Amino acid sequence: MSNHTEIRWHGRGGQGAKTAALLLADVAFQTGKYVQGFPEYGPERMGAPITAYNRISDTVIRAHSNIYDPQYVVVVDESLLEAVDVTSGLKEDGAILINTERPKEEIIPHLKGYKGKVYTIDAKKVSLATIGRYFPNTPLLAAIVKVAGIMDEEIFLKEMRASFDHKFASKPEVIEGNMKALEMALKEVQ
Amino acid sequence: MATDISKLGLKTKWQDLTEGMIVAGAGTSRAFNTGEWSNNKPQFIADKCKQCLLCVPVCPDSSIPVTEMKRGEFDYEHCKGCGICVKACPFGAITMEGVN
Amino acid sequence: MAKRERLSGNEAVAIALRQINPDVFPAFPITPSTEIPQYFASFAADGLVDTEFIPVESEHSSMSAAIGASAAGARSLTATSSCGLAYMWEELYIAASNRLPLALALVNRALSGPININCDHSDSMGARDAGWIQVYAENNQEAYDNMVQAFRISEHKDVRLPIMICQDGFITSHAVENIELLEDEEVKGFVGEYEPENYLLNPECPMAVGPYSVTDYYMEAKRSQAEGMKAVEQVVLDVAEEFEALSGRAYGLFETYRMEDAERAVVMIGSAAGTTKDAVDRLREKGEKVGLLKIRLFRPFPAERIAEALKGVKAVAVMDRAEGYTNHGGPLGADVMAALFRARSTAYAINIVYGLGGRDVRVEDMEKVFADLKQIIDDDDAGETYRYMGIRE
Repeated sequence: MSNHTEIRWHGRGGQGAKTAALLLADVAFQTGKYVQGFPEYGPERMGAPITAYNRISDTVIRAHSNIYDPQYVVVVDESLLEAVDVTSGLKEDGAILINTERPKEEIIPHLKGYKGKVYTIDAKKVSLATIGRYFPNTPLLAAIVKVAGIMDEEIFLKEMRASFDHKFASKPEVIEGNMKALEMALKEVQ
Repeated sequence: MATDISKLGLKTKWQDLTEGMIVAGAGTSRAFNTGEWSNNKPQFIADKCKQCLLCVPVCPDSSIPVTEMKRGEFDYEHCKGCGICVKACPFGAITMEGVN
Repeated sequence: MAKRERLSGNEAVAIALRQINPDVFPAFPITPSTEIPQYFASFAADGLVDTEFIPVESEHSSMSAAIGASAAGARSLTATSSCGLAYMWEELYIAASNRLPLALALVNRALSGPININCDHSDSMGARDAGWIQVYAENNQEAYDNMVQAFRISEHKDVRLPIMICQDGFITSHAVENIELLEDEEVKGFVGEYEPENYLLNPECPMAVGPYSVTDYYMEAKRSQAEGMKAVEQVVLDVAEEFEALSGRAYGLFETYRMEDAERAVVMIGSAAGTTKDAVDRLREKGEKVGLLKIRLFRPFPAERIAEALKGVKAVAVMDRAEGYTNHGGPLGADVMAALFRARSTAYAINIVYGLGGRDVRVEDMEKVFADLKQIIDDDDAGETYRYMGIRE
């Protein structure tokens, strides 16, 4: 079970937490890892708290359960800090990454005494500055790759460009913005 | 696997049935003599018949053969003896015991 | 050459179907199987398949159209879940009794009610006596591989029965996992052309399908149908052997995991088997003699071979992801226990209902099941043989 990473995503329906989890699985796969990316499904409710999961491993993944004791948690929407127990089961030697424009000191009191590392990123700022619209996914994806040390940043950017070239083949104009969002997020996360 | 349906009958073992009970061949209902079901048969009185052919379409078993726009004798192999033709004939050219 | 990919279970099955390039695919959407016809419709629109894709107005119609197409001589299939399968009920029996080799990509979901869209096996378990072959998958790879093997089994001249390829709704259908795909040409060569002996569109031999069978024939007809089922086990094994030569991936009627010297075993179907393997490994590390038997072929039920595989076991827990409302357990429990009884087994056997409506199954849950089996052996008493797992009480 060496090098087995488990990540839990908290978002709201419609914000793309599921898509982010699938993108992360995608890019980790490209570097030769075994991956799982899956959401917890319920009725479609825009704005309702939703959870998505990633397992990333050097060995075959067989478990098909949800993740209760993740190494990492990503909070896509900071308003969830009040609504959901986001640090539940989160390992102390892991970390939590929160999308917020507030400084870390203001966030920490909301984490129920979580003693592990806390990272923040203002995905809105990054997204607006690079893509021109608010898509928290792309900056958060880069941020969690860095925080969890999932892969080398250079390789990550190279793989993401290949993936965008494929995904946005019909609208190449959005590729540069998304690439810039990734690069900026890698620098902004703290 | 298509089997000659004439080989199928009440004594056929399951091993000898067609797969999925398919019936091979076309128009096989002709081989099923529903005429055996009747205990009474209509009689055709050719002298009274005006060849109006009203009896032909009402027969549920297509048992009134028509050639060159003229009906002929009943096909008793398939006639079940229902008597509908007796009621349809305006000229009393078809009779049957118990049916007017 | 195998191609490494990462795909959801639905995508994987849709790709298998693109590679198979069937003649007719009628479909009606229902969560969580919707993506299969959705992906396939885009393959059809892009000209990647020659399939006649028919959007119909209900599952009653999708199965009817698949049956009609199959009777006409076409390789046909459809996909569905849950209530969609329930709405096909009448046609399921017709497909089987007419000995029509068509496929159904089933994405298992709880039946209503209460209404729920998540995974359990109540839909396909309810259809277990319809005369269909049922094959289940643990993960995306197996769902793909089973789909590739489906028509070879179903169309085999000794079988000629419809086949249901099942996978767990959301848990595998919507989870992205690593997978190895075969090349298009490899699948094409493996599946081959469908050449039915008798079919409606054959002008050389007109025929009628689905005639009325009076009491004098009905029972012989059903007995004849059962003969097709008897051939399935061997055909599944033969097709699996050929598939292994092509893919390197081995399949049987069921999979035994660390059963060699196991004293305690779990028997189950579907995605939770992967989770159970992790539990088995954890306990084996502590020296505990535990193992797993994962069912792949559920209909027909390979009872003798399963009893043989469980011969050395002192206690077994049969896990049902469906209620049977028999007051003593679910359908898999009934079949496994009957198999053990016929084999004069003296093992303790309990039946556990779990995972209904998507209730999660953790590695710890399965460790607890093995602990319960240990208790049973120590007590020399099975205790309650009809239990629930993961329930608030």
